[in-house]
Amino acid sequence: MEILKRVHANNLVKWAKDKPEVLVLSADLTSSCEADSFRDTYPDRFFSMGIAEQNMLAFAGGLAREGFVPYVHTFAVFIYRRALDQIAMSVAYPNLPVKMIGFLPGVTTPGGATHQAIEDTAIMRSLPNMTVLEVGDATEVENVLDLAYKIPGPVYVWMLRGELPRIFNTPMEFKKPRKLSEGKDLVIVSAGLCTEEMLRTTKVFKDNGVDVAMYHVSTLKPFDYPESMKDIKESKYGVITLENHTIIGGLGTCIAESMAEEGIGKKLYRVGINDVFLHGASRPYLMKEYGIDVHALLQTAEKAIGKTLKYTEDDLGEVFIPALHSDAKPEAL
Amino acid sequence: MAKYDKKWEKEVLKIADGVRMRVFQFTVEQNGGYLSQACSSAETFGALYHGLMKLPKIDKPLLPDPWQGVPGPNNPVHTGIKFNSGGKEGYDRFIMSPAQYALVVYAVLIETGRMDESGMEAYNKDGGSVEMIGAEHSPGMEVTTGSLGQGISQASGIAMAYKLKKKKGKIFTFLSDGECQSGEFWEAIQAASFHKLDNMIMVIDRNGCQCDGLMKPVMGIEPFDERFRSFGCECVRIKGHKPLALAEALATPHRGKPLVVITDTSPYHGLTFLKERSPKFHYVRFTDPKQREEYRKIYEEMKKERA
Ligand SMILES: Cc1ncc(C[n+]2csc(CCOP(=O)(O)OP(=O)(O)O)c2C)c(N)n1
Repeated sequence: MEILKRVHANNLVKWAKDKPEVLVLSADLTSSCEADSFRDTYPDRFFSMGIAEQNMLAFAGGLAREGFVPYVHTFAVFIYRRALDQIAMSVAYPNLPVKMIGFLPGVTTPGGATHQAIEDTAIMRSLPNMTVLEVGDATEVENVLDLAYKIPGPVYVWMLRGELPRIFNTPMEFKKPRKLSEGKDLVIVSAGLCTEEMLRTTKVFKDNGVDVAMYHVSTLKPFDYPESMKDIKESKYGVITLENHTIIGGLGTCIAESMAEEGIGKKLYRVGINDVFLHGASRPYLMKEYGIDVHALLQTAEKAIGKTLKYTEDDLGEVFIPALHSDAKPEAL
Repeated sequence: MAKYDKKWEKEVLKIADGVRMRVFQFTVEQNGGYLSQACSSAETFGALYHGLMKLPKIDKPLLPDPWQGVPGPNNPVHTGIKFNSGGKEGYDRFIMSPAQYALVVYAVLIETGRMDESGMEAYNKDGGSVEMIGAEHSPGMEVTTGSLGQGISQASGIAMAYKLKKKKGKIFTFLSDGECQSGEFWEAIQAASFHKLDNMIMVIDRNGCQCDGLMKPVMGIEPFDERFRSFGCECVRIKGHKPLALAEALATPHRGKPLVVITDTSPYHGLTFLKERSPKFHYVRFTDPKQREEYRKIYEEMKKERA
């Protein structure tokens, strides 16, 4: 597996080179959100806003009204929690091209409940005019800036930083999920870093003769995926969703709504954070404790297909767990 | 003021030195940490916990509770208050606002005999309550404050509740300076003044640093003390690292007004070799194993000097 460092930092500088209208706003987390290289390369297009996120979001709305395209950088929680009203009224209502780049999704940080974004899709997708994107690997981190840029209105992005694996070799596309395998027994739909966990099960399902259709979703709003709905409809055992997000209002809910609207009467199993807050601990620990890791997925699959899957740890694919301390990020968050 | 004399100051300075050493030790052991926060605030925490806050005596140092899960319908809130007032009538409350200072709190609890040293075995461990970024379940913490700017509002609510219930005791809040950039912070100051919460005491660590570097080029906040006065607070600004000056500042009459004490501090006080990191003090990270080794040596030498 190819592991890359500071993908966003490098990409942002390259991508924004000939786009004078693209500005970066930061709330005292410039290195932590990999906007430091941009700041140093284009100081005139970088604005330090201090630890004052509510103002930053409405300020970005003002810039966007005058034709600029602000890319707001901070930890995700300080965007959608701290500045929600500002986003709703100063950005989403006038449908302005403010691009919100939110870092530290869910279990990726040991910073505790104050730093762990676990309900952002639920909140942001309920805002009219808002688009919600989530990246799952280094390739998608590279693609998402331009994707967000081409969408005329406000865009919220769940972003990844530090050391990242490259899982995908084709570009991320707007409103197009990646179909990673074909199968008629069961459908699994995953997003963000959970896709790595989903892919780890490939051999287990194959060895056990279970045919699984796997999807990786990166556009969470708008959510319109006819092919996956067809697969779910034709599947023997229904669908499992896997997400680094509370099961209320996230990927699982999106799938549930689509299924209901299509009149698909299949079972849906939502594997996600089960309506509780997280706390400060490592990523593998949290994924296990909160039941969003490969084992939770396989247990749910057993429930869905009604039989035990035979496998050992060796049958599970590799997963990349970034070190807590590395030169790819400025702190151990 | 009789209680606060040179002898007391010496005791506080000793506690502060112990706090700094502990945080230094953990920073080396853990391969990084919030060390400059200990440098700037060790004397303040030492003085607060060694007499300036009215806290009940603790006979035998306490142990942190094992991790009891996040609050929910079947799980009541667990806080670290037992290390402070324990909720006892007539004592002061302590709200620790910048949660990245948690390790400094743990260290001062140990140095003042309130927490057993072995409690640190759970530090930054999976399934422990002694978290790197503390939350309300962590020792010495009474509310969850890691989203900066919220500590003061919660403290004001508690202060108002004390007024309503005619409870004795002051509400102390420790704050960092960067968090005072937030709108909520000034909303809280406005409300505390408006509602005449004179049972509120805020002590601010003005170390002049934040994540992005020195505060001045990131988002200036001066004239800091005048801002508080114009918002209706009593405000005293002192040189930091001087326990007696802090004791005197806290004795300032402030009838009908919240009291704010700004301590102008240094992010490398007591560990001057950190100065070369300027302007990046927020999180001490080692660029290579060699640097970590250098720090370890300095730590061991300092430890020897103190033996
Ligand atoms: C609302 C909010 N925004 C951003 C952060 C991330 N953050 C944690 S510490 C910090 C800098 C704090 O600076 P300061 O308050 O001066 O404390 P010190 O530098 O002394 O640690 C930031 C931006 C946060 N915890 N809360």
